[in-house]
Amino acid sequence: MAAVTETVDQVQSVEKYKYGFVTDIEADQAPKGLNEDIIRFISAKKEEPEWLLEWRLKAYAHWLTMEEPDWPKVNYPPIDYQDSYYYSAPKSAEDGPDSLDDVDPELLETYKKLGIPLHEQEVLAGVKNVAVDAVFDSVSVATTFKDALAKEGVIFCPISEAVKDHPDLVKQYLGSVVPYSDNYFATLNSAVFTDGSFVYIPKGVDCPMELSTYFRINASNTGQFERTLIIADEGSHVSYLEGCTAPMRDENQLHAAVVELVALDDADIKYSTVQNWYPGDENGVGGIYNFVTKRAACRGKNSKVSWTQVETGSAITWKYPSCILQGDNSVGEFYSVAITNNYQQADTGTKMIHLGKNTSSKIIAKGISAGKSQSTYRGLVKMMPKAEGARNYTQCDSLLIGKECGAHTVPYIESRNKSAKVEHEATTSKIADDQLFYCRQRGISEEDAVALIVNGFCRDVMQELPMEFAVEAQKLVGISLEGSVG
Amino acid sequence: MLEIKNLHAKVGDTEILKGLDLTINAGEVHAIMGPNGAGKSTLSYVLSGREGYEVTEGTVSYQGKNLLDMEPEVRAGEGVFLAFQYPVEIPGVSTMNFLKAAVNSVRKYRGESEFDAMDFLKFVREQTKILNIGDDMLKRAVNVGFSGGEKKRAEVLQMAVLAPTLALLDETDSGLDVDALRIVGEGVTALRSPERSMLVITHYQRLLDYIVPDVVHVLADGKIVDTGDKNLAIELEKNGYANYSEAAA
Ligand SMILES: Nc1ncnc2c1ncn2[C@@H]1O[C@H](COP(=O)(O)OP(=O)(O)OP(=O)(O)O)[C@@H](O)[C@H]1O
Ligand SMILES: [Mg+2]
Repeated sequence: MAAVTETVDQVQSVEKYKYGFVTDIEADQAPKGLNEDIIRFISAKKEEPEWLLEWRLKAYAHWLTMEEPDWPKVNYPPIDYQDSYYYSAPKSAEDGPDSLDDVDPELLETYKKLGIPLHEQEVLAGVKNVAVDAVFDSVSVATTFKDALAKEGVIFCPISEAVKDHPDLVKQYLGSVVPYSDNYFATLNSAVFTDGSFVYIPKGVDCPMELSTYFRINASNTGQFERTLIIADEGSHVSYLEGCTAPMRDENQLHAAVVELVALDDADIKYSTVQNWYPGDENGVGGIYNFVTKRAACRGKNSKVSWTQVETGSAITWKYPSCILQGDNSVGEFYSVAITNNYQQADTGTKMIHLGKNTSSKIIAKGISAGKSQSTYRGLVKMMPKAEGARNYTQCDSLLIGKECGAHTVPYIESRNKSAKVEHEATTSKIADDQLFYCRQRGISEEDAVALIVNGFCRDVMQELPMEFAVEAQKLVGISLEGSVG
Repeated sequence: MLEIKNLHAKVGDTEILKGLDLTINAGEVHAIMGPNGAGKSTLSYVLSGREGYEVTEGTVSYQGKNLLDMEPEVRAGEGVFLAFQYPVEIPGVSTMNFLKAAVNSVRKYRGESEFDAMDFLKFVREQTKILNIGDDMLKRAVNVGFSGGEKKRAEVLQMAVLAPTLALLDETDSGLDVDALRIVGEGVTALRSPERSMLVITHYQRLLDYIVPDVVHVLADGKIVDTGDKNLAIELEKNGYANYSEAAA
């Protein structure tokens, strides 16, 4: 490559992760470290009822007896759980703003830079509005369209607020899909979770707008432990999207979230993620450890949950959005794009547990590895004895860019019902030289060509994203693969 | 416009082009004919900058600039277009999106404003009509599942929207049925202009009935071994390349 292009590349690499800035804001933090007092501190900050504090403490006691999992195909130095802050909130947001006018201008500016609308725009003809819950470190700083949604009976608020305003719903469903004892990181989350979104869609309601939560880690040395709970009551429909960004820092920061979804009879939930946590630099320094437990219970008959994820960020990703298909005829879907570049590691996939009759699941996973990165698809399809007539279709495609990366596929299939059908297809390919040349001959730069070809490879997943986010996600594909060729 | 002098190029360890000279002036259409394996496609790849085609000797000057110094996408920006003998499939990328990415890249290079979606659609539709290409094909992934003839028509469509200054057409007629040949031939002819030069590689005189060349060359064993007017193509069709193989040997 000519010298001029190289310099341009270097300049661009500084701007590659455009969300890497830090907001200078006064924060209220818990003392460093993790112990019962810290948990009491968090619970007190959130003015929580006694039962929730007890639940947290139970989780903490259990966590102390657990071992960090070592089965994922990822490597990282041991995490010092005492060397981190477990609560950090912008001072101005501590009491929770009453209205959007009260939100700290500094925070509004931050979200503007991130391209996230924290104002309630006029409804444009033909465009669906998007309601946003903005979580900044340990607290929600703003939630838009709450009133408009309330008119339909839809509850969309920070989970800390739901604990106060809708305690019965929270008590009934919190931990009902991911129990506090579930796994190392979920248990840690149960002990120290700070904020996240709560959604309840009442019976028969088709949620009138897209709901979304933007998670932002800002403070240094701080973990983010958010908890999201979405309940779709009988016959209701909702589409929800989460986005995530963090500043560029040399240290690794832990993000251990839990997401629980409950779909009752005839309800459906579409849950989309565009995960763009800071991935670390090109030498593998810094970046977020994204250790997340996401699970949906399709409890009702004919219920449906569809997970779509575009995972481009994080130094390490460890997540398996799953569906427990309990209701007869319930449907679970998992559409995933996982892109790793430089030294990123991703071990991601799904679990589809078929319990009910005629349940069906579909898994489309696309892994793209570049640089020296490692990407693993790990999936489990389990057909239980009563899952009469259950079906699964799985397709895993890996695309390798360059010679130093790795792609692995680890599909587990367990069938305990003879009438159940499981289909699995897998491919591994490379971007062909003739494809690159063809694009370049048409004037498309090598980097744009890679983005174009990779987006084509991911098309089946990308088209599942809500339209409002698809364009952004496509751009992200290109950005995260910058510097992977040439 | 294009001046090739004593061009030697090898693929791997094999020398394919062995001292090729060729000059094309602005607005001229030159046809190149020659036996299989003579180096015709190799010439088109060397001119468009494909990796693995190493120039060992000679010069190529294009609009007064050293073409061989430029990256492939820069050559495209400068107006060099290659209609591939074997167009490449790009799964999942719609032909429309591909065209838009290409046109906007080239426009950006040329300092022109990028098209928005609506304007672009209008612009493409004008061209698809001429080439008898349905909207359906624009929605399909680039060359995926296209028939041989559809692929060639799509190449000409790309040429039309990219408005090159130097178009290299490598066997754009092969695989076309009689009607498609006429459509493509007329389509290409419609793109002739005083600023645009073309190098048409073909095995058959019939294409040249539509795209009447100013000059016809015979390429054999890596060199231009004969040059004439359009009648040379007719002679070749009758007599084959037997004479030239001897000359080249
Ligand atoms: N990548 C390659 N590796 C080895 N040999 C090659 C390669 N590409 C081309 N060649 C050889 O170079 C010679 C010229 O090939 P080229 O494709 O240029 O011929 P052509 O004149 O276009 O033939 P045709 O009329 O069959 O299209 C052939 O002998 C071919 O086998
Ligand atoms: Mg050829």
